[in-house]
Amino acid sequence: MSATSSATGIGASVRRKEDFRFITGKGQYTDDVVRPGETRAVFVRSPHAHAKIKSIDVNAARKMPGVVDVLTGAQLATDKIGNLICGWMIHSKDGSPMKMSAHPALAASKVNCVGDAVAVVIAETVAQGRDAAETVKVDYEVLQAVVDPAKAQDKGALQIHADIPNNTIYQWHLGDQKATAAAFAAAKHITKLDIVNNRLVPNAMEPRAALAEYDVGNDSLTLWNTSQNPHVSRLVIAAFVGMAPEHKLRVIAPDVGGGFGSKIFIYPEEVVCLWAARKVQRPVKWTSDRSEAFLTDAHGRDHVTHAELALDAGGKILALRAKTIANLGAYMSTFSSSVPTYLYGTLLSGQYDIPSIYCEVDAVYTNTAPVDAYRGAGRPEATFVVERLVEVAARQMGIEPTELRKRNFIKTFPHQTPVIMAYDAGDYLASMKKALEIADVKGFGKRKRESAHNGKLRGLGYSTYIEACGIAPSQAVGSLGAGVGLWESAEVRVNPTGSVEVLTGCHAHGQGHETTFAQLVSERLGIPFENVSIVHGDTDKVQFGMGTYGSRSGAVGMSAIVKALDKIEIKAKKVAAFMLEAAEGDIEFKDGKFTVAGTDKSAAWGDVSLNAYVAHKFTGAELEPGLKETSFYDPTNFTFPAGCHICEVEVDIETGKTDIVNWTAVDDFGTVINPMIVEGQVHGGIAQGIGQALLEGAVYDKDGQLVSGSFMDYSMPHAHDLPSFQVGLTETKSPSNPLGIKGCGEAGAIASPAAVINAITDAIGTENLAMPATANAVWSALQGAKPRQAA
Amino acid sequence: MPAVSMTVNGKPVTGDVEARTLLVQFLRENLRLTGTHVGCDTSQCGACVVHVDGIAAKSCTLLALQCEGAKVTTIEGLAEPGGALHPMQEAFREHHGLQCGYCTPGMIMAALDIVRRRGNELDEHTIREQLDGNICRCTGYHNIVKAIAAGAKNMGKGGGSRQAVE
Repeated sequence: MSATSSATGIGASVRRKEDFRFITGKGQYTDDVVRPGETRAVFVRSPHAHAKIKSIDVNAARKMPGVVDVLTGAQLATDKIGNLICGWMIHSKDGSPMKMSAHPALAASKVNCVGDAVAVVIAETVAQGRDAAETVKVDYEVLQAVVDPAKAQDKGALQIHADIPNNTIYQWHLGDQKATAAAFAAAKHITKLDIVNNRLVPNAMEPRAALAEYDVGNDSLTLWNTSQNPHVSRLVIAAFVGMAPEHKLRVIAPDVGGGFGSKIFIYPEEVVCLWAARKVQRPVKWTSDRSEAFLTDAHGRDHVTHAELALDAGGKILALRAKTIANLGAYMSTFSSSVPTYLYGTLLSGQYDIPSIYCEVDAVYTNTAPVDAYRGAGRPEATFVVERLVEVAARQMGIEPTELRKRNFIKTFPHQTPVIMAYDAGDYLASMKKALEIADVKGFGKRKRESAHNGKLRGLGYSTYIEACGIAPSQAVGSLGAGVGLWESAEVRVNPTGSVEVLTGCHAHGQGHETTFAQLVSERLGIPFENVSIVHGDTDKVQFGMGTYGSRSGAVGMSAIVKALDKIEIKAKKVAAFMLEAAEGDIEFKDGKFTVAGTDKSAAWGDVSLNAYVAHKFTGAELEPGLKETSFYDPTNFTFPAGCHICEVEVDIETGKTDIVNWTAVDDFGTVINPMIVEGQVHGGIAQGIGQALLEGAVYDKDGQLVSGSFMDYSMPHAHDLPSFQVGLTETKSPSNPLGIKGCGEAGAIASPAAVINAITDAIGTENLAMPATANAVWSALQGAKPRQAA
Repeated sequence: MPAVSMTVNGKPVTGDVEARTLLVQFLRENLRLTGTHVGCDTSQCGACVVHVDGIAAKSCTLLALQCEGAKVTTIEGLAEPGGALHPMQEAFREHHGLQCGYCTPGMIMAALDIVRRRGNELDEHTIREQLDGNICRCTGYHNIVKAIAAGAKNMGKGGGSRQAVE
């Protein structure tokens, strides 16, 4: 780390540049954008989970005040607008490809979940649009809804999609079935668990929105959209939906108020807005209300799993196997297929040296909202399975939980797991040791006795998690079925006056890239932090990028910047060599200054940048003018953040209410650019994981009605539900990228649910507890159990 | 369409609204003050909090016409005319009390009301309880709590020239 840049360089908790506009109300979110002549879109949505559309009558709606037009699924089909797709091919055990149903942006003949859009009203105001939408008459033939994923494949279950029997999308597996079975046969102890990973609604605070505008003169479309990845949206909408060729479609993702994965996907609404804008030849804006978000944002998780762990007499893990049913909802969302397969099964080794693993996953359709990646995407599900199995096994075998973990931690690297992933670097014992100290586990027994005096049960739960992120090496994911590469791009533009703009293919929706990326550039070039701008989110500015998710912006996005900066340095040295009349090989660059080695001849950054563009010191034949370089960086491996979370709870025996009295997180993220921002990511992730474990759950009734359809019924974590967090770091740098970054965005959400449930089950003395562990659930469990004695 | 008149951030404004137009819609669409946000439809998320006659109110749960003659302050009205930030705004930046920024205007306006009612020395428990009407999905509240405690303290110090917003 450069001595001159410690205040704003790598490792500094620099305050964020982006904050000024947010704290003064000057952010520009999609709904804030207003285009001349703008109309508003209001969708007509199915109130039924499963129904045939017999007819749809929009005539009355078309005549309502302020209505510009009312469009239906039949018209969408006539205009040959293509369907939405899932971009990751998964094959079943028998080699057959996954069964992807048709997913039109407006349903024409059949609706498959409550909220499925059948028509759109384009009106002058939202209020007029809503009034008109209410007059649209849809004649539905209601069908029985298939809601429970565990029953979707039953013989008697209605088939939702034509030609997709048993509502089965794929039957996938990973690992060595025979070796695993043999290990189980030889095991001294087997732990078995039935686990439901509860369905969640992401609920970013900014609802989704799309604003589409058609430029008649240029026959081109512009879409403002709450997207985590505008270029991917553009590609899918151009190449698959066929809305317009790529070069005639601009996608802008301005300020976006949270994503957590839910804003990765290409949704029907932006497709319809684009189509409608071209038809009515006026801009069309749609902003979701929260009720719509509950119904239509991709939900997360929703696995039903039977899992088993085989151990020898000494507590050494011999094998793990899991059978999972993954609910993907009514349609396959953009990345849905990958979440319960290559983002889940591949993490079932956890931090442990497990010789044999076998995992089977059946993905099914149900008449519920589509399910796709949500913070952690597959890894919270895997971690919950592994860490519950390990904790329960420890209890059953009478081995202290941290001791059992120690006996099984991977200690040498690189380590090839039986489930594709090869962990490159880590020190799991170091994180756990540090966490034990911070959490004062030694004093737990005393605290437990004090709680008991007060009529409370105190419990301690561990979660030693690992994840694969820094998504991802393109060839590797391509071989696993991904339809895209997962590299990242950076274009570094040095201006003549020495300021720098970095055009990144990443997108920030809370992660603070305008600050952290600038820290990197400022330190590397030795220029003031204020002189660096980060540009993202506009396909007219950034040529192509894959966006932000999967904790990839540091590991992949910043690596692209480093590579581009390497090229900048090479070219700048060439310019300096001409200026200083020296050989290129004699130029040294340090702290923003170019020096001829062994002399006091030097040139400042600003002079070199000016000379690059003024181009008086060299001919065009000797050197091209300009100072701008691009890199497309394809990672060579995933990265493997890992750590130890310790949750301490107090359960009220009378009410079953759980208070989290202490939370300790020690994470290894490799190199950390801005500790303040990294801690913030951990806090937010833990909050979402606690939400999953204690409070949240998307509930559909047997008719497929979303019962938990607003903040009234879906329990979002509030400030008083959560403790403050003790967050620490250990560091083993990632060997697979230039900065050694592993990534931190999802870790909190991945680690935490297991820690919470491990803690509560420790407190109440029974493993028979499902998420969310509401007061009612815990109280009920307590009625059937004897609490463990204080240590 | 009925007309409504009120003072917003110190300036008199009028507009034609429907009876059913919410205050938040009037602010965002008629006045183009888009700093106040809509995050839910059940009056729970707090992204829409503004001050009406000195008291925090959820602008999604007030009709514009109900604010006839009222003094409304939004997030855009907090900083000094010369540009100096309010101590509570500064505290949010200093303590990383925001990530995506969407809940932030409502959080800051609600925080000011906590100070108005509970004073400048706010403990963690009080702040967490008082934030019942504000949801954040990004921060886990840890830094929001720190920011509000610090902002409240600084408001009492004359680190800011104003104690509360009228």
